[in-house]
Amino acid sequence: MPGPSTPSQTVGPFFSIGLDWMNRANLAEGSVGEHVAIRGRVLDGEGQPVPDAILEIWQADADGRYHHPEHAGSQNDATPFFGFGRIPTDAQGQFSFTTIKPGPVYGPDGKPQAPHLQISVFMRGLLKQLATRMYFPDEPLNASDPVLQVVPESRRETLIARQTGSTGNILEWNVLLQGGSETVFFDC
Amino acid sequence: MKPMLGYRKPAPGAQPNHLYPPYVSSIKRAPKQPLISIPVTLSEITGPVFPKETASPKAFDLTRQHEGEPLGERIAVSGRIVDEDGRPIRQTLVEIWQANAAGRYLHKNDQHDAPLDPNFTGEGRTFTDDDGRYRFITVRPGAYPWKNHHNAWRPQHIHFSLFGPAFATRLVTQMYFPGDPLLEFDPIFHSVPDEAARRRLISSFDWLSTEPELSLGFRFDIVLRGRSATPMER
Repeated sequence: MPGPSTPSQTVGPFFSIGLDWMNRANLAEGSVGEHVAIRGRVLDGEGQPVPDAILEIWQADADGRYHHPEHAGSQNDATPFFGFGRIPTDAQGQFSFTTIKPGPVYGPDGKPQAPHLQISVFMRGLLKQLATRMYFPDEPLNASDPVLQVVPESRRETLIARQTGSTGNILEWNVLLQGGSETVFFDC
Repeated sequence: MKPMLGYRKPAPGAQPNHLYPPYVSSIKRAPKQPLISIPVTLSEITGPVFPKETASPKAFDLTRQHEGEPLGERIAVSGRIVDEDGRPIRQTLVEIWQANAAGRYLHKNDQHDAPLDPNFTGEGRTFTDDDGRYRFITVRPGAYPWKNHHNAWRPQHIHFSLFGPAFATRLVTQMYFPGDPLLEFDPIFHSVPDEAARRRLISSFDWLSTEPELSLGFRFDIVLRGRSATPMER
């Protein structure tokens, strides 16, 4: 046996050298589904913007299928949706990306999960990435989602994006590393 | 429907906690609330699987990205990527980045008064083969000061980024060099509580991957999380 998994270490301050080549802020390009623009900020424990973070997005397509061998049938798509994005924050700690709203993916008991994005957060100061999810506002399935269910009710709203403006296509979702509205992060 | 097999939780002390106050940047950035354990779903056991064309076949050699050769000690860094059951992680993307031989990163925020090298960018990527093996050619990075505490110097290191088969297997880590006297004083290295786990971050000098009249060799094997033995393990 090779022994336990290799320990994580921080990405440090200079990760853009090795990671920027795959930055991709438009996940939706060429794919069918409802386009949504998502923007937000990453803030530290003092409410200061984090200008050196990256978010990695992983999500299913509009029909709730992941482009992955574990998801049976997902490879037989004529217009495959890859579902991965890497998005850095800017000097103001802001990020923005465009994607399609994923369909509901089935959960552990075969019931649908609410549409969501899987998100990993990396930055200097984080010795290992943070795992979280972004859910969509006004989504009836949020009420029965198996992951939201295990989050204390008072903290669930940190995982649900807010609609900005009059249409549903522009959402805001922030990552708060600490404080009263600290974003929920998962052990998964 | 297949039973959902998640990924094993790390042994106590084998991974750093988010908060490690000697690493000063963690104080304002590590979450204060405990992480919430969630049921295993398809969303954690899937993840991006990049096609091999994603990386140029030349991107493994960091010494051939410019007109001339970079300064420094030329080294091969190679190893095998497996999971905790010893299964090779096949055809997986490996990304690396590092400082040049003088300890300077090609990055606007690196203010260390050491020279940039016009022949060295410090980024590389490759895919593992069907046995989980990878290989990079680069130069040995220099140590550099980083102001975490008085006279703080990072030990020589190369950053590694790996995906493995799932969202849950994503790993970013750093490879260190054997016998580096700075390791003893480095809070990032010491953020891993268990000493045996920490030592797995140190590469070994690898006589077999040296090339006569060309380069020295270091071996760095990486282990990604293995699959849980039972469905729905929390």
